[in-house]
Amino acid sequence: MNIMVCLSQVPDTTTRIVFTADGKSLDKSGVQFIINPYDELALTKALELNEALGSGSVTVVHVGRADSESNLRKAMAIGADKAIRVDADATDSIQVARELKAVATKGNYDLILCGRESIDYNGGVVGGLLAELLGLPLINIMTSMSSNGKDAEVSFDVDGGRAFAQVSHPFVATCQKELTEPRIPNMRGIMMARTKPLEVVSAETDSGPTQVSRFDLPPAKSGCRFVDPADMDQLVTLLHEQSKVI
Amino acid sequence: MSVLVFAPVQGGILKKVALEAVSFGVRLARSRQSVCSVLCSASASADTVKQLLDLGVSVNYRVDHDLSDSDSVTYYMAQAAASCGAQQIVVSNTYMGKSVAPRLAVRMGIPLASGVIDFPQASETGWEVRRSVFSNKGYANLQVQGNSCVISITPNSFATESHPSGEMKTEHMVVAKGAQEGKIRLNRVDRVAGKIPLTEAERVVSAGRGLKGPENWHLVESLASSLDAATACSKPVSDMHWRPHEEHVGQTGITIKPDLYIAIGISGAIQHLAGVSSSKVIVAINTDREAPLFKVADYGIVGDAFDVLPRLTEAVQRFRAAHV
Ligand SMILES: Cc1cc2nc3c(=O)[nH]c(=O)nc-3n(C[C@H](O)[C@H](O)[C@H](O)COP(=O)(O)OP(=O)(O)OC[C@H]3O[C@@H](n4cnc5c(N)ncnc54)[C@H](O)[C@@H]3O)c2cc1C
Ligand SMILES: Nc1ncnc2c1ncn2[C@@H]1O[C@H](COP(=O)(O)O)[C@@H](O)[C@H]1O
Repeated sequence: MNIMVCLSQVPDTTTRIVFTADGKSLDKSGVQFIINPYDELALTKALELNEALGSGSVTVVHVGRADSESNLRKAMAIGADKAIRVDADATDSIQVARELKAVATKGNYDLILCGRESIDYNGGVVGGLLAELLGLPLINIMTSMSSNGKDAEVSFDVDGGRAFAQVSHPFVATCQKELTEPRIPNMRGIMMARTKPLEVVSAETDSGPTQVSRFDLPPAKSGCRFVDPADMDQLVTLLHEQSKVI
Repeated sequence: MSVLVFAPVQGGILKKVALEAVSFGVRLARSRQSVCSVLCSASASADTVKQLLDLGVSVNYRVDHDLSDSDSVTYYMAQAAASCGAQQIVVSNTYMGKSVAPRLAVRMGIPLASGVIDFPQASETGWEVRRSVFSNKGYANLQVQGNSCVISITPNSFATESHPSGEMKTEHMVVAKGAQEGKIRLNRVDRVAGKIPLTEAERVVSAGRGLKGPENWHLVESLASSLDAATACSKPVSDMHWRPHEEHVGQTGITIKPDLYIAIGISGAIQHLAGVSSSKVIVAINTDREAPLFKVADYGIVGDAFDVLPRLTEAVQRFRAAHV
């Protein structure tokens, strides 16, 4: 199959988030950016699907600036055949989805995979936006998938349970843990990635309908009150009378 | 002109997330001299009519459909929005909301704000909404251009208030058969009966590697059931298959915001805290006084979970028996 994987990069999960003094952006100094963990699953799943079918290609697509190219190379080292970077600052989900749509319509893809959400802005919406922009079915929060190239068997999370369904290609799916385990690039992959194509295309628009005006941090906690482990009645009383949560 | 809210129904009654969304929608409508319309399944019991009326709803659209799949909800919401001239759409940011909100935004050609945690404020060019980012390690104020928007609100972030409107119109929406998309052929849905979905739970009891093995989880489950709480776990616990994946909370799992989060035998790694630190009250139970979880906890118990848990469960049961 011809598969497109939408890839975002996010701060490493151990990052202590700091915002710039004006509160307008993330302070990127010392922050290491990684491939969004859910997108890593999407990429691995794409490779596995094609391996099972015996043919196909995987293109990773990213909306962002040149500082993300090492992660795009990493994606190719893991096994993607090519990468496309849309040169724009990704500031709004609808803007990102529009750019991804523009790439998708030129590519004739059988399947478009996104992550279930990016762990930085946590929108969890780009997959749904893209599906609707392309007029394709959406399998959201997908936990398993097999395909013969024409029709796919999928399962996905719904509130309070799990759904099982069939859907014909092409469609858009967003990937949830459990789908697969991420792959780590090997030496051969890293060597091959150097010569794989990384195409840079210009953006269609430079912004979307929303804009962050200010970031801030959660208020610091006031401190922990230690309760005697032998006196759980006291804890229950505190939870009831002071905190009013039971 | 109207605010339109999707109100999910389960077993004939409005879910808690539905009440939150409707209450938010009414408040939004009142702040904009507009009215609030609500879409729900006709399977909603007669009592729900009174409930919606009490909350301040003006129009209640009902459809003969169980509205349990997101394609149908998106479709009917778009129909209802056209019918009432909705400019603002409100859904709860559950799995259903996550599937419906982006598609409605595109279908209606309006902006989208997801995971909203505070009531939006009017601004010069539109409005400002607040959402959590970086898995609750931070917040962002988002400027939304124009008057229209699809808003998905974070469960357990807004109170339910009543504003009896005095009058509510009920409209049975009739939609042509075959109008739905149906490209996804649903075979079956397995629902975990009687379990409280983690994202919607008011109380969560969560345990980590300190519990030593899956055979000890009955201690966690007893405490959870005494509190009517959902159960959760740390990542290694789900990675080792001690517990199902859907219980994994944290930066790479589910982000939750309950009123009460009890963490047992969980050290409190930064990735874990990211997903749970917005909880209103945090209780930590750990043998190690230096465990990072105590830095974000409101109440701490330095002790062995195997001693503390049975005692805490009994204390809760005693309390509940005395406060029926
Ligand atoms: C990319 C990445 C993403 C991650 N995402 C997540 C995530 O989303 N969620 C998550 O949870 N983790 C995540 N992690 C893992 C995280 O870094 C920690 O490894 C993990 O949270 C630790 O789990 P734990 O607290 O259960 O185990 P441990 O760190 O081993 O802690 C066990 C705790 O139990 C205490 N204990 C031991 N015995 C007892 C007893 N008898 N009674 C009471 N207490 C006891 C110990 O003192 C200790 O504090 C991620 C890691 C990476 C690298
Ligand atoms: N800048 C981007 N470039 C490419 N894909 C993206 C970008 N941002 C988000 N995505 C995709 O959309 C998914 C959901 O992102 P979000 O809606 O931001 O949580 C991610 O897991 C990616 O697959």
